[in-house]
Amino acid sequence: MKQAAGHAGEPVVCSVRGLVKTYAAARGRRGRPADQEIRASDRIDLDVHRGEIFGLLGPNGAGKTTLVRQLTGLLRPDAGSVELLGHDLVRYPDRAARLVGYLGQQSSALDELTVALAAETTGRLRGLGLREARAERDAVLDELGLTALAGRPLKKLSGGQRRLACFAATLVGDRPLLVLDEPTTGMDPVARRAVWAAVDRRRAERGATVLLVTHNVIEAETVLDRVAVLERGRIIACDTPAGLKELVADEVRLDLVWRDAPPLDVPEVAALRDIAAETGRRWSLRLGHAEARAAVAAVTGGPAFAALDDFTLATPSLEDVYLALGGRAEGLVKG
Amino acid sequence: MSAVSAEAVSGKVRERGAVRPRPVGGEPAPLAPRARLLPALSAVYRAQLSRARVARIPLLFVATFQSVGIMILMRGVVDGGDEARAVVAGSSVLVVAFVALNLLAQYFGQLRASGGLDHYATLPVPPAAVVLGAAGAYASFTVPGTAVTAIVGSVLFKLPLAHLWVLAGVIPLAGAALAGLGAALGLLAPRQELATLLGQLGMSAALLLGVLPASHMPAPIALARDLLPSTYGVEAFARSFDTHPDWLRVAADLGVCAGVGVVSLAVATWAYRRAAVR
Repeated sequence: MKQAAGHAGEPVVCSVRGLVKTYAAARGRRGRPADQEIRASDRIDLDVHRGEIFGLLGPNGAGKTTLVRQLTGLLRPDAGSVELLGHDLVRYPDRAARLVGYLGQQSSALDELTVALAAETTGRLRGLGLREARAERDAVLDELGLTALAGRPLKKLSGGQRRLACFAATLVGDRPLLVLDEPTTGMDPVARRAVWAAVDRRRAERGATVLLVTHNVIEAETVLDRVAVLERGRIIACDTPAGLKELVADEVRLDLVWRDAPPLDVPEVAALRDIAAETGRRWSLRLGHAEARAAVAAVTGGPAFAALDDFTLATPSLEDVYLALGGRAEGLVKG
Repeated sequence: MSAVSAEAVSGKVRERGAVRPRPVGGEPAPLAPRARLLPALSAVYRAQLSRARVARIPLLFVATFQSVGIMILMRGVVDGGDEARAVVAGSSVLVVAFVALNLLAQYFGQLRASGGLDHYATLPVPPAAVVLGAAGAYASFTVPGTAVTAIVGSVLFKLPLAHLWVLAGVIPLAGAALAGLGAALGLLAPRQELATLLGQLGMSAALLLGVLPASHMPAPIALARDLLPSTYGVEAFARSFDTHPDWLRVAADLGVCAGVGVVSLAVATWAYRRAAVR
């Protein structure tokens, strides 16, 4: 896919300045102390250019969904500004529905409809006439390979198929900006490819812009032009995936999987343990190039090798960037 | 830190607001048209009606069986006259209360709790279209059950079938009043379980206050009966069993239903707006 260099000169479609949203603290009840108030958006600044596929990456609870809900007029910010295609959304939240195609995480409004009726009804509620809505419905279902499932109710479909049907409904009734909250959750590779092909087509043909929420680092690396990394309501980095990875370019990632107990009697292995992130029998290490070579030599020779089940040496991923920036490890998905 | 530029990451943070966004072509982009009220209403209505095929048919049977069962039970206690009319009319309108009030309150409560309202809130659709479309569909679901109950009851208690056409007024108007109430309860209840509870209570009230003969009720309960909108649907239908029905009073009763319907649907529309944007 094209990189951000192609979009930097494009006009700004979505501009966010100083966005703050705080959720009130839940009151304490018997036996339970009061929760702290949660700052779900903490002074967020963001510019998305026309034609970009812009991602929000972060673990659950980082504030991704809260942010997109403010960009779609569903939630009012406490402070700050949101400008979408020249419209002030804080003052006129109703306009979001006429600018944005939004795919939320929930499908309960459509679950009991057939795939075809879900798409057609959504199109009609986006202001299309009956004939237009039906024509677009047929085109989108065909484009996404859903025609065979058109007569089935969403709740009878698998999770991935249901997600694809909701994505189809999002596409009926053209919008210049698509906001997709984890669109490919549960999808098989074929469905994922259909989603990204449909997104690319709209970008190439109509200059559509896409704002994507994801916690999948592999997806983020492959489809996004630029990515903002969120942690506890704040954007801790924002660049192209390649640009972000340069932050940790002097490091490599070494994963070691031990057969049983790690051979701690080998001094080199014992030294590695101090800097390893352990998950069961797996150790993950971020090392400089020379250190990594030494570590590989140590574990692939002598008694340590007998205890080793598997090892991988890889260039850093966005997950490593995220960790290097001080993010919490859990919550991001690979693959 | 700012996401405005990549430089922010490497430490060269620009002053916030220094980069002014350039809107497309300098002008705000044109807005897509809104969905107009009637087409949107008919789209919601059609979609809701289709849900009946998937989800609601068993419950529609339950509503009808419940009412027919109550009439069979009451036959041992009531033998003709005013009381029989009240039982048949009350049982018929009970179907409307079960579906339009109870099930619609549950539906909106569940939709709100699960985040399903977001779907409608991010489409340019008038709130009234969503509420009226759903309320209309639920009122329509009651037609077969109410008709079956009225016919079975009339035969069971040997009442005249001549004026059953009055149901054509009773179902939509009592349906509007009760569906409006159900939608408002479902959308206003702070929790889903509370929406279910309120819907059930409303239906129980319609059952007890509508089916039991009013003449034996103590004053406070009689007052509660007068406050319940379904009562006026019951009264209108009960009057139509007279040999020479007082059509003026039937019309007045249905007028109350219509009035309550307008108010409750307006409240439900307001509640929807409130629930959709937080």
